[in-house]
Amino acid sequence: MSLLEIEGLSLEIHGEPILKDVSMQVEPGRVLGVIGESGSGKSMTAFGVLQLLPNGSQCRGCISLAGQDILTASEKDLCAMRGRDIGMVFQEPMTALNPLQTIGAQVAETILVHENVPKSEAFERAADALRRAELPPERFPLSRYPHELSGGQRQRVVIAMAIALRPKLLIADEPTTALDVTTQAQILDLLKRLVAGEGMGLMLISHDLAVVADLADDLVIMRSGEVVESGPAHGLFRNLQHPYSRALLEASGHVPERSGAAQDKALLKVRNVIREYQSHSHGWWGRTTHVRAVDNVSFEIRKGESLGLVGESGCGKSTLTRAILGLEEIQGGEILLGGTPVVSHHRVNRDVRRRMQVVFQDPYGSFNPRWRVDRLITEPFHLMDSPPFGAEREAAVAEALESVGLSAADSRKFIHEFSGGQRQRIAIARALIIKPDLIILDEAVSALDVSVRAQVLDLLAGLADRFGLTYLFISHDLSVVRSITERVLVMKSGQIVEEGPTDRVFDKPQHAYTKQLVAAAPVLPADVA
Amino acid sequence: MLQYFLKRLVSLCLSLVAASVLIFLTLEVVPGDPAAYMLGINAQEDTLNALREQLGLNGTILERYLSWAGGLLVGDFGTSYTYRTPVAELIGERLWVSLPLALYALILSTLIAFPAGIWAASKRGTLADSGVMGVTQLGVAIPNFWFAMLMVLVFAINLRWFSAGGFPGWEDGFLPGMKALTLPAIALALPQASILTRVMRSSLLDTLGEDYIRSARAKGLTKGQAMWRHALRNALIPVLTIMGLQFSFLLAGAIIIENVFYLPGLGRLVFQAISARDLIVVESVVMLLVFAVILVNFTVDLAYAWVDPRLRRRR
Repeated sequence: MSLLEIEGLSLEIHGEPILKDVSMQVEPGRVLGVIGESGSGKSMTAFGVLQLLPNGSQCRGCISLAGQDILTASEKDLCAMRGRDIGMVFQEPMTALNPLQTIGAQVAETILVHENVPKSEAFERAADALRRAELPPERFPLSRYPHELSGGQRQRVVIAMAIALRPKLLIADEPTTALDVTTQAQILDLLKRLVAGEGMGLMLISHDLAVVADLADDLVIMRSGEVVESGPAHGLFRNLQHPYSRALLEASGHVPERSGAAQDKALLKVRNVIREYQSHSHGWWGRTTHVRAVDNVSFEIRKGESLGLVGESGCGKSTLTRAILGLEEIQGGEILLGGTPVVSHHRVNRDVRRRMQVVFQDPYGSFNPRWRVDRLITEPFHLMDSPPFGAEREAAVAEALESVGLSAADSRKFIHEFSGGQRQRIAIARALIIKPDLIILDEAVSALDVSVRAQVLDLLAGLADRFGLTYLFISHDLSVVRSITERVLVMKSGQIVEEGPTDRVFDKPQHAYTKQLVAAAPVLPADVA
Repeated sequence: MLQYFLKRLVSLCLSLVAASVLIFLTLEVVPGDPAAYMLGINAQEDTLNALREQLGLNGTILERYLSWAGGLLVGDFGTSYTYRTPVAELIGERLWVSLPLALYALILSTLIAFPAGIWAASKRGTLADSGVMGVTQLGVAIPNFWFAMLMVLVFAINLRWFSAGGFPGWEDGFLPGMKALTLPAIALALPQASILTRVMRSSLLDTLGEDYIRSARAKGLTKGQAMWRHALRNALIPVLTIMGLQFSFLLAGAIIIENVFYLPGLGRLVFQAISARDLIVVESVVMLLVFAVILVNFTVDLAYAWVDPRLRRRR
């Protein structure tokens, strides 16, 4: 008998069907990978197992954990089961911990809720759980608060909370999505060791095929609340039956076609750029220390080229982007676009500024929800001396929208009427409308589902060829950078540590840090790709 | 933590100095000569001058400011123009009415608001929640002096449980004094409690939607446990802010209620002093209120640090 059996589970929330006839099993000591895009119902399945569903939820079917029926269990029994028999790890380590309690107290709470033991014993066992999660209390005392830890360390605390009572089943819902590649590799490794060492069953939920492929023994692929394909992981990738699964696999390794070639002329020149922050760290009148976010960085982008910039969070890539856009003043060096400095005499050069545009990661947060699309995408017009108006403006709006695959009629809609992928298209239309030379794509596809991401990458490739655009593509996701850029820069602690043609850098990395990054990036099994 | 404390303390002192300058200058430009007001319109010029000399109204602005501020530091607030008694004494007497009244009202409003807010949040979307929201809406909307008069009608005139106004003084004991303050305190607390209930409820609902509440539930905590152990303290920060503002308001804003109940408090004192051009009393009372407001904000700042470890910097 399986550890966790989900049989014909259907879920409705306020009458709306969310899950339809979902079945899956988790065996002890094995990893079940659940793959799906947003809205596929993978997280809802996990919350169904814990019975922590939103109000108005109605479950049918059967969920049983080690023979005990969960759907018919009382709330009291469920509380006894959560945390003791089932542990759960969530996506967002930054917000999954209570900011006002020490990590020791939060881990010990799992024990105190379920067992009648003295506090001191609970804290000792909490220390042990943190040690198993590889966050040794000798280096990270129990008295630390969450804000004193990094994202990866916090995720270890969350894992310690989940495994403190050695549950039979661990559910990890996108446990590494918010983390850097190297941290992701470490956390996945830890989960793997925990499953092997403690005989837990692990249900690993992710949108990222490569993450799951690395770890899972069995796989379930979900789409709009239904299981479309399932089976042992080994061989399943080679033998996908359902067209959706095949499309998903195809999309995750998608490489858009490019035809245009870069010219020799340099468009953007970044020379010895330094960006320093002052930080008052020690005492009142203490010394002011300077932190170099960008440290003597130089590079060029040729016209028509796609340049990638990779690095982990905090490496200075966002600061560099802001400096290029003239949003932050630099303390040394110069940034030239087509030979003209971006900032002169402490003022942003409008002539230069209107030749570059930026597309950010968040397709939800970067639009004013009260403006219609035409007003949103014509925002860059304020950079022009005589912006078009009337029929000319309408034509520009229509052209921009049509070039990103939307229709002119969409210009009267509000942003909430669009999906995530469409919003990112609108963000691209906004960047295109003043016909810039350079578009900076700052994690522009990171928040998108794989199939949507593939479409947007195709769109970007097509636009580059059509309008002769130059891209600076900033991302932490190596596979995306690899698919769309010709040359890549690797950034670490404010410095460029490696630079070269993308294929060469990823296939034969020279610098130790690049090697580490490439090794940490999850890849699909070789026999599939 | 110590550094945080010291920083707040310095900012407190600077605010006090800035406030004293501002208050002094404001009253300096207000029209009306206290000496002329006291002596009437037929006074001779030399009599006026003599009185000004006596009141310390001659001399440069800087001299007068320094003597006033210097006096404040040692507790000498000057002598009232109209009462002819030291202002410190006057204020001292009145403070013994206003301060207990403000505290009483604040405690009442907290005692009402916390349970009501928590209850409404835990019953979100139910009839109980709508009921609490409806009542607090009413509480915010009703003018407190009208409510005060209503209470006088019911509890003092009809039921005769309380006296309709006045204050017996603390000499007769604690309880009679508190009894006299009860109706005014309720009248003051009602709108404050309504606002605080709403803040408590919405703040708690916000925190209940946080990821760490979900984490707590996944650990096996019941809804109630998650609320008490994780949500409540996190919800407290906006509530503390409002409470700080409310205390300052209660101390200074009781003028109307003090008039309705004939209480010899600061509000009435300042009201009378303004109409009598007794500027030195006005100055001192306003300064005292400013001091109270700044002190309360200082306390609230410390309370933040107590609640939120992110504000206590390590070392």
